[in-house]
Amino acid sequence: MKCRKCGGRAALELRRHNAAFCPPHFLEFFRKQVAEAVHKHRMFTREETVLVAVSGGKDSLALWDVLIEEGYQTAGLYLDLGIFEYSLESKAKCLAFAAARGQKLVIERVADAVGAPIPEVQKATRRPTCSACGLSKRYLMNRAALEHGYQVVATGHNLDDEAATLFGSVLHWQMDALPRQSPALASTHPKLVRRVKPLYRLSELETAAFAFLRGIDYIVEECPFSKGATSLAHKELLNRLEESSPGAKHNFLFGFLEKARPAFARAEAVELQECSSCGQVTTGAVCAFCKLADQVKRRMIE
Amino acid sequence: MKVILRNPRKEVEVSGQRRVKDLLTELDILPSTVLVIRGNELLTGDTVVGGDDILEVRPVISGGGGLPAPAVPVR
Repeated sequence: MKCRKCGGRAALELRRHNAAFCPPHFLEFFRKQVAEAVHKHRMFTREETVLVAVSGGKDSLALWDVLIEEGYQTAGLYLDLGIFEYSLESKAKCLAFAAARGQKLVIERVADAVGAPIPEVQKATRRPTCSACGLSKRYLMNRAALEHGYQVVATGHNLDDEAATLFGSVLHWQMDALPRQSPALASTHPKLVRRVKPLYRLSELETAAFAFLRGIDYIVEECPFSKGATSLAHKELLNRLEESSPGAKHNFLFGFLEKARPAFARAEAVELQECSSCGQVTTGAVCAFCKLADQVKRRMIE
Repeated sequence: MKVILRNPRKEVEVSGQRRVKDLLTELDILPSTVLVIRGNELLTGDTVVGGDDILEVRPVISGGGGLPAPAVPVR
């Protein structure tokens, strides 16, 4: 297979684009897709400092690598979930990545904020692990950005992540989730930072290939709690569809963003207020994170 | 050739030559879900492998979360 641009030996075939690229031209393609995402959704400027949420995995480290190489001002944010060896290894990968590139890495421990590491939270609340983990991460990303003075948080969500989330939302007609699905969520409150997903145009295979070709040492092992996760089942279905119909995932996501999402936008804006317990933004009197932390505290005492 | 699979880690010996895409079909792996690595190079589906090759088949799917399907009430 030959590179579409130079005719050299291809390293990766992109069936949905009916193209293949050699390593240098694939890296160029990848960076162009990120630049297009940042530009199209006005994600951030060169004057802003971007807080990149990193997990030690391929997506977030690939994202951080691109932004550094493109000359953006960045800092990393690692949320220590306290998931045994997995967290120890993923933190070590993030620390090594940041040190090798002379970048700042902010580290926050979930246990300090919620009262227990993620495995204990699951036991204490009987809430699905990924649900408590996702809630904690969203809350702590926003809080860390505010505390450290960053206007925008970038996450490594890729095309497959976004298509799987959309699939799950449509499958259950989650009318509150559909309008929120976007590559860029603007700040709609002084205590809510902008959240962006610069990799949403790139597939999981592409972010993995980029990380490999850039020599990024990322954690290949999966979170032990992700086994059996619903989103992985949705990804598998979509991948089977993609196999017989290349471009299906792309068209599903991009068709939604361009044509359908406006129809799901709420007629009335959601009213945001500050949580009476922690002061972070919420739609109710007490935010979901404080309710979770309170539940953990009570169960730990019992 | 030796094929190293991850998550869980497993090594399999495969004899003869074949294209990467045929190898993945035999292993019941969707090509879009893995990188096929030989040394420091990525291989496309049409690359013929075999002999003394040592291949790593590295999964690319990650993530968790998503809501389980809610129970449908009986009417």
